[in-house]
Amino acid sequence: MVFRRTLAWSAGLSGLLVGVSLVSATLGYADIGPLAVARVVLDAVAVPTVGAGGLGWVSPFDLEVSRTTATIVGGLRLPRIALGAVVGFALALAGTVMQGFFRNPMADPSIIGVSTGAAVGAVAFIALPVSVPFGLPAFAFAGALLAAFGVYLIATEGGRTPVATLLLAGVAVQAFLGAVISYLLLHAGDGLETAIYWLMGHLQNSTWGRVRVALPVVAVFFVILLAYTRELNVLLLGEEDAHTLGVEVERTKHVLLAASSVVTAAAVAVSGVIGFVGLIVPHVMRLIVGPDHRILLPTSALAGAVFLVATDTVARMGPAEMPVGIVTAALGAPFFLYLLRRREVHAL
Amino acid sequence: MIRLDGVAVELGGTTVLESVSTTVETGQFLALVGPNGAGKTTLLRTCNGVLTPDEGAVRVDGEAVASRSARALGRTVATVPQETTLAFDFDVRDVVAMGRTPHRSRFATADDADREAVEAALERTETARFADRPVGELSGGQRQRVLLARALAQSTPVLLLDEPTASLDIDHRVRTLSLARELTADGRTIVAAVHDLELAARFCDEMALLADGRLLATGPPGEVVTADRLESAFGVRTAVATNPVTGTPTATPLPERSSADRRVHVVGGGRRAARVIGRLAGTGATVTAGVLPAGDIAATTADAVAGELVTAPPFEAIPPDRRAAAADLVEAADATVLTAPVDGANATLARRSRRLLALENTDPPPAATVVSESELPAALSAEPSRRSTTAPR
Repeated sequence: MVFRRTLAWSAGLSGLLVGVSLVSATLGYADIGPLAVARVVLDAVAVPTVGAGGLGWVSPFDLEVSRTTATIVGGLRLPRIALGAVVGFALALAGTVMQGFFRNPMADPSIIGVSTGAAVGAVAFIALPVSVPFGLPAFAFAGALLAAFGVYLIATEGGRTPVATLLLAGVAVQAFLGAVISYLLLHAGDGLETAIYWLMGHLQNSTWGRVRVALPVVAVFFVILLAYTRELNVLLLGEEDAHTLGVEVERTKHVLLAASSVVTAAAVAVSGVIGFVGLIVPHVMRLIVGPDHRILLPTSALAGAVFLVATDTVARMGPAEMPVGIVTAALGAPFFLYLLRRREVHAL
Repeated sequence: MIRLDGVAVELGGTTVLESVSTTVETGQFLALVGPNGAGKTTLLRTCNGVLTPDEGAVRVDGEAVASRSARALGRTVATVPQETTLAFDFDVRDVVAMGRTPHRSRFATADDADREAVEAALERTETARFADRPVGELSGGQRQRVLLARALAQSTPVLLLDEPTASLDIDHRVRTLSLARELTADGRTIVAAVHDLELAARFCDEMALLADGRLLATGPPGEVVTADRLESAFGVRTAVATNPVTGTPTATPLPERSSADRRVHVVGGGRRAARVIGRLAGTGATVTAGVLPAGDIAATTADAVAGELVTAPPFEAIPPDRRAAAADLVEAADATVLTAPVDGANATLARRSRRLLALENTDPPPAATVVSESELPAALSAEPSRRSTTAPR
C-alpha cells in the first residue's frame, strides 16, 4: 500500500515538475511561447539509429526551430531549470534525511557544516589567485566534504557517534568556519562581489556541464538513501529500539550521514548556499504524506525540485535578477512561521 | 534458553552489574525484581545486545549475544522498552509493523506473513481498536501496549519486558502479565522487570531478586519473597503473607521504626486485633501481642509485623509459661490495648498493664479508657512514653 501511494505521489509530482519546467522555459525577456519550447525539446530528442556512418544519434523529428530560440531555450533556460531541479531535489532529500536522523525539526542539510565548508572552499577559490577548470565547484565540493568529515571525526568516540554531540560539533564548526569566511572576504579584493553573490546561492551560470556533474552524484546517492528509508523510520523510535529491531545503528548512521553530506555538497558546489529548501520542503511534505520515509523521501525530493524551479523563475523574472537564495528565504521563512503558529510542526 | 555467566557491566565508571549468573529455561517466565537502580534494566539491555558485558557473557540458545548481528538478534530477542520517544507521528499499525523489520529484506514489501503477524499482535494486545490512530494521541498505557504489540509482531522466541505494566491500570496489568504467561505456553522465554512484587509472584515461574547490581536470590516466588531477603534488597521492613485470593506471596512495606518508639501490647484475637496490630505497627510503635491462639489471623499478622508474640495451642488452657511470657510483655509495654472481651488468663493480664485502653464493645474493666479504633493511635501518643519521662530509678 505504501508502495502504491509512493508511486502515485511521485508520478504526480514528476508531472508537476515537468509542467512547472515547461512554463518556466516560456518565461523571460525573449518572448517564446509554449509551442516553441515544446519544439525545441522535441527537436533535441534523439534516438540511437544505425545509419550510413554506423551507430549514431538521430532526431526522429524534423522541426523548424530558429537558432536564436534554440539557444535561448536549450542553452540558457533549460540548463538552468534542470540544474534548479537537481539542486532542489538534492537539498530537500538531504533535509528530509537530516531531520529524521537528528529527530530535530530545525535540522537542515547544512547542519553538520557541509554548506559552511563549501562556502569556505568557494570563497577561498575566489579570493586566492588560482585558476583551475571547474575550480569553484571543485573547491566548494571538497570544502563541504572536509567540513562534514571533520565534524564527524570530532563527534565520534570509540566507534559511536551520538547525534547530540554531532549536532553541537556541527554548530561549533560552522561558527569557526564562519570566521574563516569573514576573514577571506576581507581579503577577497575584486572577488568580493562574486563571493557574496555565491554565498547567497544562485543558479545564474548554469550550464549543461554542471548538470552533468551534479545529476549522477545526486541520482546515485538518492538510490542509496532510498534503500535506507525503513531504517530511517525505525531510527525515529530511538537508537536503542532501532537496535533491538535489528538495525545496525552505527553503520546506518554512517551511511545516512555520508550520503546526505555528498548530496548536499554536490548541490552547494554548483549553486552556492541556497537556504530553506531543505528545511521547509520536508516539513510541508510531512504534513501532506505523513512521516513514513518510504513515501516522504522521494516526494520531498521531487517537491524540492518543483519548489526551486518555481522560485528560481521568480528570481530571474524581476527587473534586476537576484539570487534565488533570497527568494527561497523570503518565501520560506514566513511560510515556516505560519506552520509553526498553526502548531503543525511542533511535535516532531 | 537464556544463560548469563558472570555478567558484569560498568557504565560511566560505576559498576552496575556484578557477576550475575543465572539460567532461564525455554518456556519459562522469569521476573526480575529489586529496588530502583538495582540493575534490572541494565540486565535486560545485556540480554538484547544493546550493552556488551565487560565480563562474562549472555547466551541465547547457546550463542553469545554480543557476537551476533543486530538483524539476527532482532529475530531472536524482542524487547518492550519502558517508554519510547516517537518523534514523528506514526499510526499504531505502522509502529507495530516496524516489529517486522528484522524479517524483511531491504527492498521487499510486506508479505502475508508480515501482515498476519501484525494483525495478530494488534488483536492479542487489544490495540486493534485504535490501530489507525497516531501514536502521539494515545495515553501512556495505550502506548505501552502498542510497544508490546510491536514486540509480539517480531515473532521471537525470547521476549524481554522492561516494566511492561508501569503505566497500566489494574485490569491491563493483569491482562498484560497473563498474556506473557500465555506466551510461555507457546514456548517463548520471557524475562520481565516488574516492580509490583505481588503481580510478579503471581504470574512468573521464577523470580530473580537484584540489588546493587548483584543477584541476591533466584527461585520460585515463594522462596525469593521473604521478609529477610526483601529487607536486604530494599532496605525496608516488610510483612510477607500469603494472598488469600491467589495463594502467592504478598509483601507489605512497613514504616521504619523510630528509636524513641513506644511499646504497645495487644490483647485479644480475630480480625479486629489483626487490624489494630497492623495499624499500630504502621505508626512506628513496637507492637507485642498475646496470648493468641496459634493460627489466629491476629497471630499471623503479629508474626509478620510485631516485635514479640506469645501464642498458645487453641482450645486448651493456656500453659503457665505462656502466661508468664505474656505478662512480661504487658509489663514492658507503655500501654495495653484490649481488642475483644476477654476472660481468664487474658483478663488477669489486662489488670497488670501500666495503662489500659479498650476498644468499644469489649466489656472492659473499669480501669480502662474506652477509645474507638480510629482514635487509638492518637490516644496512645497523647500520653508521653514512659521511657522518656520517668527518671531513672
